Amino acid sequence: MSVSGVPRHWRSQRERYRLLGTYCENCGTSFFPRRKICPKCRRKGRTREVEFSGRGRVFSYTVIHVGSKTFDEYAPYVIGLIELQEGPRVLSQIVDCKPEDVHIGMEVEVCFRKLFEQEDGGIISYGFKFRPVDDSWVEYYGKLLAEKKARTAQT
Amino acid sequence: MRGTGGFSKRGDHGLKREVAIVAVGATRFGEHWSKGLKDLAWEAGVQAVEEAGISGKDIQYIVFGNMSGGMFEGQEHVGALVADFLGLNPVPATRVEAACASGGVAFFQGYLAVASGMYDLVAVGGVEKMTDVEPGQATEILSAAMDYEWEAYFGATFPGVYALMATRYMHDYGLKPETLAKVAVKNHYHGSMNPLAHFRNRMTVEDVLSSPIVAHPLRRNDCCPVSDGAACVLLAPLDEAHKYTDTPIIVKGVAQASDTLSLLERRDICTLNATVQAAEKAFAMAKLARRDVDLVEVHDCFTIAEILALEDLGFCAKGEAFKLYEEGETYVGGRLPVNTDGGLKAGGHAVGATGVKQLVEIVKQLRGEAEGGRQVDEAEIGLAHNVGGSGATAVVTILSRR
Repeated sequence: MSVSGVPRHWRSQRERYRLLGTYCENCGTSFFPRRKICPKCRRKGRTREVEFSGRGRVFSYTVIHVGSKTFDEYAPYVIGLIELQEGPRVLSQIVDCKPEDVHIGMEVEVCFRKLFEQEDGGIISYGFKFRPVDDSWVEYYGKLLAEKKARTAQT
Repeated sequence: MRGTGGFSKRGDHGLKREVAIVAVGATRFGEHWSKGLKDLAWEAGVQAVEEAGISGKDIQYIVFGNMSGGMFEGQEHVGALVADFLGLNPVPATRVEAACASGGVAFFQGYLAVASGMYDLVAVGGVEKMTDVEPGQATEILSAAMDYEWEAYFGATFPGVYALMATRYMHDYGLKPETLAKVAVKNHYHGSMNPLAHFRNRMTVEDVLSSPIVAHPLRRNDCCPVSDGAACVLLAPLDEAHKYTDTPIIVKGVAQASDTLSLLERRDICTLNATVQAAEKAFAMAKLARRDVDLVEVHDCFTIAEILALEDLGFCAKGEAFKLYEEGETYVGGRLPVNTDGGLKAGGHAVGATGVKQLVEIVKQLRGEAEGGRQVDEAEIGLAHNVGGSGATAVVTILSRR
C-alpha cells in the first residue's frame, strides 16, 4: 500500500472489523461507508452508527488475475460487489469457494480475515471478507485439508 | 435545495465570448525511454506554438492535466516546472488533477479562462510519464483514482472495478465476450492508421479472446496500455482566431460532472451518471442533437467502457450499444465512427494527456487532416468524452468546423 502509517490503518479498523456504516433515522436509509450527513435529507437527517448483519447477495463479481503490488501474491482472487440485506453495497473479497462457483445472486455472509501484509515486517491488515452462506465452504476446506494430507504422506 | 450543477442565471451560460481551438500538437503515445515529463510537454507545446505561428511569450496562461507526477516521478508542482522548462516564466501555469480526466478538466478550465474574457491566448495541455515505474507499481498508482479506503484497500484494481461493471452488464443485457472483443479489434484497426498511436498492429477477435485474463471477464486486450505522452491545444476567442489559423475549430459545448468515487455507492453500475449529466449539459449548450455528431472520441480505458459511453452519451439506449459493434457501424465509414485514432486501447493512455489527445484527433478530423485513411468524410461536428477513475468525473466537449 502506498500509504503506510499506522494511524491511517488504525482509524478505520472498527468499520473494517465490524462492518459499521451509517443509518439515517429520518429517511430510514443505510449507508456504507459511513457518512457525516445523509445526502438525501441533508440538515433534516438524523444519522447514527449502525452495525450491519453481514448477510447479503452477490450483485456483481470479478476474478482478479493481475493484482496491484500489495495483492498480487494472492491472485487469482474474487472481488465481489455485495448487496447487504440492509440495502447498501460493499466491495469485498469472496473466499472459501472456487472462483468459478461465484455467481450473481449468490448468498454470502461476512467473515473476518487477513487483508494483506506490508513488506519488511510492516502492518498486517485485517478486515471483512465474504463467504458462501451455505455449508459448501466446510466441504471446500475438507477437500483442501485432504489434499494437503495426501501431499504430506507422499513426501 | 440540493445543487444541480447548473449554470449562472445570466442565461447563455453567462459567457462573454465564443472560443476556438487555433492550433494543436501531440507526441506519439507509447514508451518514451529517452524522454521525461518535461521533454514530452515541450514536444507537444512546441508543435502547437509553431502551428499557430506565434512566440511562446504570446501565451498568457497555461493549464494542463497531470494525474500523478508525484507518484510516477516523485515530482509535484509540475505547473511551474513545465512553464520554466518552456522558457515561459512568469506566465501562470496550473496543473489540474482529476485522474484520467485531468486533460478534459484542464480543457474546461482553459475554455473558461478565454470565454470569461480573462485571457486571449491560453495553452491547454496534458502530460503523463508512466513507464518509469514497474507495471505492478503503475497498477497501484492508477488504483488511487478509485476510492482508496473501501475499494483498493480490499484488493480491487482499476481493471477489476470495470470488470464488475462488465459482469453485471453481461448478466443484464446479454453482451458476449466476442462482441466486447470487437471494440478492441476496431480500435486497433483505427490505430494502425494513426502514426501517433501506441499500438499499430491489427488484431482479431481470437487475439483478444486468447490473451490472458486480467480481471474476469476482461482480458489483457480488453485493457488500454500504460503510455507516456503529451498533447496540447491553443485556445483563443473566435473573433481573433484568424490571426492564428485559417481553420479555427469552434468549441460549441463543454461540460463537466461528478459522481461517487466508489462503484459500491452507485445503484446502477452499468451507467456512468457523470457522463449522462455532462453530455446533457454539453448538448444543451451547443444547441445540437445527437444525430448532428459525425464522429466521437470516447474514453475506452477498457472495452466495456466504450459500450457504456455510447449509451450514457445518448447515442444508444441502455443495453443497445454493443449491437453497433456486431454490425460494424463504429468504423470509419460507418454510421457513427468511434475512436478514429485508436482510442485509449490502441492509441494509448497517458492518463493526464488523454483528454487533450482526444481533442487533437477531433480537430484533425474536422480540419480534414487525419492521415492514414482514417479521415471521416465531411466531418463537421465531433464529440470528445473523457472519464476520470471509474466515472467520478466526466467531461464532454463538442467541437464544430463552423
